[in-house]
Amino acid sequence: MRHRDFIAFIFPSVVAMILFIAIPIVSVVVQSLYVEHDRVLIEVENCGPFGCTTETRVDAEATAEMKAEQPLGKFNGLGTYFNRAHLAVDELKAIFADNDGFGDIVAQIYNLPFYKALSFTLVYTFLVTPLCMIFGFLIALGVNAIPKVVKGPVIFLSLLPYIVTPLIGSLILFWMINSDGVIGASLQYIFNDPELSLKASPVLMWMVLIIYGTWHMAPFCFVVFYAGLQTLPTDTLESAMIDGANRWERIRYVVIPHLVPLATFVGLVLLMDNFRVFEPIVGFSSEAHATSLSWAIYNDLSGQVDQLYGSAAATSVLTMIGVLIILTPVLIRTWRDFSRRAR
Amino acid sequence: MHDTNALRQSKGLMIVTTVILILWLILAAFPFFWTVWGSFKVQADFFSRENFLNAIFGPATERQTGGAFTLDGYRGAWIEREFWRSVINTAIVTVCVTTISLVFGTLGGYALSRSTRKYTFWILMAALFFRAMPHITLVSGYLLPFFEMNIWGYLPTAIIVLVAINQPFTIWMLHSFFMSIPKDLDESAMVDGCTRFQAFRWVIMPVMWPGVITTGLFSFLLAYNDFAVTGMLLNQDNQTMVPKINSFMGTIQSEGMIMYAVAAVVSATVPLFILVMFFQRQIVSGLTAGAVKG
Repeated sequence: MRHRDFIAFIFPSVVAMILFIAIPIVSVVVQSLYVEHDRVLIEVENCGPFGCTTETRVDAEATAEMKAEQPLGKFNGLGTYFNRAHLAVDELKAIFADNDGFGDIVAQIYNLPFYKALSFTLVYTFLVTPLCMIFGFLIALGVNAIPKVVKGPVIFLSLLPYIVTPLIGSLILFWMINSDGVIGASLQYIFNDPELSLKASPVLMWMVLIIYGTWHMAPFCFVVFYAGLQTLPTDTLESAMIDGANRWERIRYVVIPHLVPLATFVGLVLLMDNFRVFEPIVGFSSEAHATSLSWAIYNDLSGQVDQLYGSAAATSVLTMIGVLIILTPVLIRTWRDFSRRAR
Repeated sequence: MHDTNALRQSKGLMIVTTVILILWLILAAFPFFWTVWGSFKVQADFFSRENFLNAIFGPATERQTGGAFTLDGYRGAWIEREFWRSVINTAIVTVCVTTISLVFGTLGGYALSRSTRKYTFWILMAALFFRAMPHITLVSGYLLPFFEMNIWGYLPTAIIVLVAINQPFTIWMLHSFFMSIPKDLDESAMVDGCTRFQAFRWVIMPVMWPGVITTGLFSFLLAYNDFAVTGMLLNQDNQTMVPKINSFMGTIQSEGMIMYAVAAVVSATVPLFILVMFFQRQIVSGLTAGAVKG
């Protein structure tokens, strides 16, 4: 394909991506270096019948004017990155200098908002991903064994948790685990504990969110693995059987090697999607016990009084670095494949 | 009998997988049926502390409304809280996003599949990185500029942003569909005197419809399910269904009108049910499209 044709064809798509993905990334980096203006304070002398008092007030007009002149705020360098709401360098030093052992260090670090969000995001990502793959594979094995007639309806029902809007799906489950919802009330009955609430304890809340994540994403793994099982190399399997390979050997040397590329693909997609976990935090209103990086950004941006662009941008940049770290192995591998093919 | 099923012989494994499958089906489907059924009850039944059977038989619904089913939740959500507005907004957003995404995506995906130069690799890699970007990180880049430019809050803004966010995924998927169409097809058309665009439009597109429909479904789902972009970039009047439901949650809980939210949630889920029912095959093929290529 000629360069000219290529450019003409790819133009709209690339322009859209540059304008609304690449430039915003730059804009996020720039914003993260700035911080909101301090309010302009003025001293006002109030003179009443009992003498004069001076009081400090916010000069709303001057503040608004400053905001209009420099909407980004004032330059702060990397200050936002190191403050308490983000990497919290000073606080970390203080924690390491003065603590009561390992458990205390963990507990104190967990109290810092960024590390709280990061720890949940990582635990969620690295637990939900393998859980989905395991359950997805088991479901695929199950569907593969059932008669053809029921396969259609079974696949239909299985797809529902994946297709449903994440926020809506989490709301539906949230209402069910509510202490007066069907699951919540049943659990209270089973454990004979009228005070039992899944929303009250951090551990239970984390479990609920991880179960939700698995429920939501397992169908995706199921579909991919199921498709993989349909394309198993029959010839190889048969010849392995003739050669006397037992069932385990056939699985070990034929089925698994066939499914590994699929598992890599599924794993990659799951890592990307789980790392951005956001809607369940809103749906389950779990912010007291579990927050995620995406939720932290959302929370900064949706503030009622001030929107903390600088803070949100700094968290965004840190999140992007996280995404890059997760993607690096894939990028390197694809690059190797590509240059091998090109040669 | 074809013998693709290497795992068939083991009885034990089969029992285990069947049990898991049945449990899974209950887990997957029960919440939806439960909520759809419960949305026709009053709050005292759907959120019944004493007995979950109340949600099924609805004694309080009968007491309060005189019938076993009530449309109060739907009436409240759709008319009183003007949920119909969000439905219209969602329709506009999803239709526009899907159409524009497909136009941009087919052009781009075609170019990427037909060029063997190195820059295609870099574009695809950049797209992969963009695809991995959490949407909310991009939103934090939009807000301030959009406020400054005075384009915050309007539907077209959200539409074009969703199209752009959708592009990486769309071009990857269409790229792999185009790869499966032999290059000889368009090359022979060009030998016969077609320009590149004519070959694309009249030779390739007619055989690409299955791929386009599948990709379109996923673009639709992305726009329909989005919360990060529509929730942050639209003002109150232009809200689509998902942010609207979220704003219900804030106000409704205090007023004890949670059934409005339940009814709205069910209203927003039903179109998805219908979509899966009709396009199950395409959705399955779309989910596996990326995987087959590796």
